[in-house]
Amino acid sequence: MSIVVGNDTRLVVSGLTGREGSFHGLRNRAYGTDLVAGVTPGKGGQDVEGVPIFDSIEASVQEAGANTSMIFVPARFAATAIDEAIESGVQTVIAITEGIPVLDMLKTYWKAKEAGVRLIGPNCPGVLSPGKANVGIIPAQFFDPGKIGVVSKSGTLTYQIGNELKQAGEGNSSIVGIGGDPIVGSDFIDVLTLYEADLETELIVMVGEIGGDAEERAAEFIATEISKPVVAYIAGFTAPPGKQMGHAGAIISGSSGTAQAKKEALEAKGVRVGESPTETARIAVETLRG
Amino acid sequence: MDLLEYQGKQLFATHGIAVPSGEVATTVDGAAEAAERIGYPCAIKAQVLIGGRGKAGGIKIAADREEARVHSDAILGMDIRGPRGEGPFRVDRVWIEGGSEIASEYYASVILDRGEKKLLAMVSAKGGMDIEAVAEEDPEALVKRHIDPSLPFDAAAARPIVDDAGLDEDVREEAAAVLAKLAEVAMAEDATLIEVNPLIVTAGREVVALDAKVTIDNNALYRHEELAAIDAESVEDPQEAMAREKGLTYVKLDGNVGILANGAGLCMSTLDVVAQAGGAPANFLDAGGGSKAEAIVDALTVISSDDKVSAILFNIFGGITRCDEIAKGIVEASAQLDLQLPLVVRLDGTNSEQGLEILAGADLPNLHQEKTMLGAAQKVVELADGTPAADAGASE
Repeated sequence: MSIVVGNDTRLVVSGLTGREGSFHGLRNRAYGTDLVAGVTPGKGGQDVEGVPIFDSIEASVQEAGANTSMIFVPARFAATAIDEAIESGVQTVIAITEGIPVLDMLKTYWKAKEAGVRLIGPNCPGVLSPGKANVGIIPAQFFDPGKIGVVSKSGTLTYQIGNELKQAGEGNSSIVGIGGDPIVGSDFIDVLTLYEADLETELIVMVGEIGGDAEERAAEFIATEISKPVVAYIAGFTAPPGKQMGHAGAIISGSSGTAQAKKEALEAKGVRVGESPTETARIAVETLRG
Repeated sequence: MDLLEYQGKQLFATHGIAVPSGEVATTVDGAAEAAERIGYPCAIKAQVLIGGRGKAGGIKIAADREEARVHSDAILGMDIRGPRGEGPFRVDRVWIEGGSEIASEYYASVILDRGEKKLLAMVSAKGGMDIEAVAEEDPEALVKRHIDPSLPFDAAAARPIVDDAGLDEDVREEAAAVLAKLAEVAMAEDATLIEVNPLIVTAGREVVALDAKVTIDNNALYRHEELAAIDAESVEDPQEAMAREKGLTYVKLDGNVGILANGAGLCMSTLDVVAQAGGAPANFLDAGGGSKAEAIVDALTVISSDDKVSAILFNIFGGITRCDEIAKGIVEASAQLDLQLPLVVRLDGTNSEQGLEILAGADLPNLHQEKTMLGAAQKVVELADGTPAADAGASE
């Protein structure tokens, strides 16, 4: 098993005819992901290296059996593209695009909720289930199949930790990048729930950062709902208040959203928090091996 | 992006929210003339992006022209620090507005609640003081209600919040209308935070926004031309301005260890690890995904233009970013910038072997390679603190 993407994934990529979309879409296919369709309005009937292009996501669902949509379109048009995906009949939408206005995402979030569609992202690297499917931009070479589920707000930080796990001989059930925006489709809690139910996952690594209260909420949730061990890492202890640190959501507002508060909330619920990516990987491996 | 008080008030005015009329000035003469036009008493208010201006001496009441001159002279050029040590923020302009006769001071805000994924409206009859303190001491005095995203939020929908907050009966209708308009400003202008503290009732029983704190979503600036113009001219330090021009994600900090990493999370983590090693980061700089050699030259130009920087750390974990591109950039930048500062480089991930070969082949005298993030952090701290300050600005 794995979560969000796996052997059953039938992927449609919005923007497959574009530079980024084709690069990553075809990379995902080369990894073994079942890429069934691309979508570019007005280019229906064409193909990209044998992958059929449709005018709409809905058409790709009906004619190519797509069940997972990846959104790679520019920020100004991305919320509309996500809305289209939500209404198309796919079960999962993975939005990679960075820079979508947050109030647009607010509306889109509730559309996805009401439609019962799982939305991952935006502003995320996607989801990788090693050995099965890769949807997004996660470099798969740093991850092996295994027992550790990873959920993270950050891309490169996840590659760093994943690579250290690999060097220690451990692998991953899935790696889910939830994204660094203030409003994302799936929070830590949503992904923790999936890992709890996933038979392959024996331990969960959660990578958070400053801003918002998703880590604090996750801490409460872990205390009552998660039986598997969770190891966490939080980035941004040295971030000054009021400054956006790269990600749109990575900002300390007044006194809320600090790394220290998140660390304390997690530790108060028995979650071990690593001081560095290296230590986090080490704790995860030790905990897994008992 | 945060708006200055007067910019926020001007934005409020375009949506029909009552604000005191006033003028902005950048010189003492300009302030005195503005005060003459506005009349006395008038308030002279430092325009900085931080709370606690009053306590810091950044807000004064002038009774005549002479006082207007004295106060604006004292306030212009002042350095103000925030209640949590933020800043200092240099005052480069003041807002002069007519004095208000205050009968009551309330609090009103509309903010994005990230956890609940809704806008949150808040009202209190206890305005004019630190609202976090009010919420702590007397939680019931701060009424909070989420705005239902599927329903219109008009004065009628806002009314129960105002009622529950116990505002004076005769101004509740107007206060509810103001609250609805604050939500309208949030939605129409892509604001993620709008706070009015205090929202006053005047002697004439008018409800007026006496302050304005507004945060606009940078991702939405493309659809707000006037706000984008404010953002473009907003005051920044020289490195931040240079970084913005070059399209880099850079935040200036206080220390002497220059930092470049790829990815926001890894970059934040690098700052933390440097701090744990006993160092003080000089900046946050996310080179982003897929960085090319040219971006590295730009990044090093910005980092090394900060005189405080005495050593630089490159922490790269290549995913989409290719380490050989980064290495080429480092070699190019060293040649172009005549960089004398010690440079600690940790390259891992995609094409790291090729990258390390390029660096070894270039034989740069001030370059130090480290295999791990922790090792690199320790090395850069050692080099930064061992370098005499006199050598630190040699790259200029």
